[in-house]
Amino acid sequence: MDVNKIIEKLPYTKPFLFVDSLSHVNSEGASGSFCFQKDLDFYQGHFKQNPVTPGVILTECCAQIGLVCLGIFLLSETPETNMNDLEMAFSSSQMEFYLPVYPGETVYVSSEKLYFRFNKLKCKVKMHNSAKELVCKGELAGMIKYSTYEE
Amino acid sequence: MKEENYYQKLKGIIKPYLPEDVTIDDISPDSHFINELNINSANLVDIVLDVEDAFDITLENDDMDQMQTVNDAMAIIDKKRTSK
Repeated sequence: MDVNKIIEKLPYTKPFLFVDSLSHVNSEGASGSFCFQKDLDFYQGHFKQNPVTPGVILTECCAQIGLVCLGIFLLSETPETNMNDLEMAFSSSQMEFYLPVYPGETVYVSSEKLYFRFNKLKCKVKMHNSAKELVCKGELAGMIKYSTYEE
Repeated sequence: MKEENYYQKLKGIIKPYLPEDVTIDDISPDSHFINELNINSANLVDIVLDVEDAFDITLENDDMDQMQTVNDAMAIIDKKRTSK
């Protein structure tokens, strides 16, 4: 599946889409990037007069690129997929954070599949900044499938 | 005795995935994983993966769909073990 098709399939949109581009997706992992534009709403409150990207948003960015984009690719590789309504749920996250991400920074996420069984995808994820420094890493998991309703 | 062994081994596998308000003593052969033991679908997958390792078997999507209760799990384990 083409990377642009994967991004089209993502069920997010602004202000909660944290994927700008995907550089690489195969059955073992996905990598892509996102630029945190300075005018993003949450910088007004996190923190007062000191905008820093919240860890939950970094986790979400890792999940969208590393887990969901990879999940959409993996589902496209399985037979009998209707590809209509994507159903998914974030089920676990275990993250560690090393460096802050400030407004205007671009981050690069890469994931490595641990397993994809019975519609559960678990991955190791890493996020680096433009200086190739590790921003955060961890393990994320979720359930992902296309709905199988009958007409 | 085989059945009792499976049951005890299975209880040990389930235990770490129980939510805080459910104890190992709440598990009975008829317990429904999701409705009674409050295990979510993501943790149920982990239980299945642990069962595969512990009993040296491989489960398919159909087995997963049928595995609603502890008894269902024991029946699937028994079927897979004997057909090996």
